[in-house]
Amino acid sequence: MKTRKRLRSLGVNMIACLLSLIMLIPIVLILLNSFKTSQAASDMSLALPVGGLHFENYTLVIQKGKLGVTFFNSLLYSSGSVLLCVILSALAAYVLSRNRSRLHRFIYVFIVLGITMPINFVSLMKVMQLTLLQNTRIGIILLYTAIQLPFDVFLIYSFVGKIPRDIDEAAVIDGCTPLRLFYSVVLPLLKPVLVTVMVLTFLNTWNEFVLPLYFLGSSSMWPMTLAVYNFFGMYVTDWNLVSADIVLTVLPVVIVYLLGQKHIVAGMTAGAVKS
Amino acid sequence: MNERKVYPTYFAAGALFLYVILYVFPGIIGIGYAFTDWSVYSKELHYIGFDNFATVFSSNYNYTRYITNTLTFTVVTTVMKNILGIGLALMLTKRIRFLNFHRAVMYVPSVLSALIVGMIFRSILNPKVGLLNVTLRAVGLDGLTMQWLTDSKIAFRSVMAVDIWKGMGYIMTIFIAGIMSISPMYFEAADIDGANSWQRFRYITLPMLSPTLAVTTVLNVIYGLKVFDMVYALTNGGPGYATEVLYTGVYKEFGLGRYAIGTALSSIMFVFMLVVGYFMIRLLTRNEESLA
Repeated sequence: MKTRKRLRSLGVNMIACLLSLIMLIPIVLILLNSFKTSQAASDMSLALPVGGLHFENYTLVIQKGKLGVTFFNSLLYSSGSVLLCVILSALAAYVLSRNRSRLHRFIYVFIVLGITMPINFVSLMKVMQLTLLQNTRIGIILLYTAIQLPFDVFLIYSFVGKIPRDIDEAAVIDGCTPLRLFYSVVLPLLKPVLVTVMVLTFLNTWNEFVLPLYFLGSSSMWPMTLAVYNFFGMYVTDWNLVSADIVLTVLPVVIVYLLGQKHIVAGMTAGAVKS
Repeated sequence: MNERKVYPTYFAAGALFLYVILYVFPGIIGIGYAFTDWSVYSKELHYIGFDNFATVFSSNYNYTRYITNTLTFTVVTTVMKNILGIGLALMLTKRIRFLNFHRAVMYVPSVLSALIVGMIFRSILNPKVGLLNVTLRAVGLDGLTMQWLTDSKIAFRSVMAVDIWKGMGYIMTIFIAGIMSISPMYFEAADIDGANSWQRFRYITLPMLSPTLAVTTVLNVIYGLKVFDMVYALTNGGPGYATEVLYTGVYKEFGLGRYAIGTALSSIMFVFMLVVGYFMIRLLTRNEESLA
C-alpha cells in the first residue's frame, strides 16, 4: 500500500516536471539561440552555443532594430495608459459602487459590457481621424485606456463594495469634501486592487500590437512588439538576431510578471471564484 | 448623508467619455457604415441596403468560412483549455514538489504577447528544421512529421494547439483558486464514506467547480471570438483561407481599402456579442448583486 502510494506520487511529480518542461522549452530555445552565430542559429535547435556566448547579437539588434526608440514608445504607451486607467477607473468604480440608484447600476453594466464588446477597427479609424488622434502617440494612449477601462472598472468596483461606508460617513462629518474623501480616505484603501490594475494594464499594453498596426502609420512611433515582428520579417534568416530581439522585448514582461505575480493572479481570478 | 452629493456622478465622466467616444460610438456608427459603399476610393457614401451583408453570406466568397472558422476556434479552444486547465489544476493542488515553481511556469505563456509566441512557434513548427519535426525524426516517429502550418488540412489545428498551449495556464490558475475555495469538509466526509478519487472528483470537485467553469467558459469564448494575434502571427490566415478568422478577415479588408465589408463583418460580431455579452456580464458580476 505504502509503496503504491509512493509510486503514484513519484508518477505525478514526473508528469508535472515533464509538463513544465514542455512549457519552458520554447523560451529556453529562444534564449539559447540568441547567443549563437547566425549560422549556428539557422536550424533553431536546443544545442548549446559553441565558441562562447555571442553577446554582440544584442548590441547589433539594438542598433538594427532601433530598439532604443521602440522601447521608449512601449514605455510611454504602457505607463500613459496605466496612469489614465488607474485614475479614471478608480473614480468611476468608486461613485458607481457607492451610489445605489438604478441609473448608476445601469452605467456600471454599460461600461462593463465593454469587456465582451469587439472593437470595430474600421469605423474606429474614422473616429480617430475626426478627433485628430490618428497617427499620434496621445491617440494610442487614449485608445489603450478606453479599451481597458471596462475590465479595470469591473475589478475595482467589487473591491470598493468591500470598504465599509462608515469610514466615508466619519470623514464627511469631519468636513471632507467629496474629492478629499476620495483622494485621502478611499484611494489609500484601494491600493491592493490598484496595484493589480497597474500590473495588468502595463502587461496588456506592452504585449498588444493590433492598435498600432491599425492606427500608427510611421514606424518611429511603433512599440517594441510590433517592431520585433517587423524585424522578424526583414531578418527571417537571422534567427540569432530575431531571438535576441524577442528576449529584449519579453524581458520587461517577465520582470513585471515576477514582481507582480501575486497581483496578476488576484486580478485574473477576480470574479471567477466566490470570495 | 446625501449620496449624490458625497459621491458626485461626474467622477465617472472621464471614464464614460473615453469609453463612449472611442469604443461604443465606433461600434454603433460601424453598423451604419455597413449599409454603405464606403471604400478607400469613395468620395461620398451611398446607401446600398443589405448588399454588404448579402456579400458576406454569399457562397461566392469565403466570408462564411471566416465565421465558421472563428466559431470552430472558439469551441475547440474553450473545451480544450477547460479540460486541460482542470487537469493541471487538479495535479497542482496535490502535494508535490516545487508546486509554486510548476504553477508559475504553467502561467508564463499567458503573460507573453501572442505575437511573440506565434513567432517562436513558426520556428518550432518549421517542417525542415523546426524543433518538433526534428524531435519526431530523432525518436523514429517520421510518420508523424507534418507541414504543421502550411498544410491546409492541419494548419488550423496547429494554430488552435499553440493557442491552447499559451492559454491553458491562465485557465488553470482560475481553477486552482476554485479548487482551493472548496471546503475540505466535503472531502473529509467523502473519505469517511469510502469514496475513491474518481468519485471525489465526480461528485464533489466537479459540481463545486461549476460556477468557476462557467466563468472560464465565458472568458474563453470572449477571447476566442475576438482572436486575431495568434492567427496573424502564425499563418496570417493562410494557406489560402484555411485559417482565416473574422478579425484577420477584417484586417485584410481594411488593407484592401474595402471598408464597408470590413465594418459589416465587425458589425455582425458587434451585434452578436452585445446579445451574448449581456448574459456573460451578468454571470461575471453575479457576486456583486449581493453587495450592491
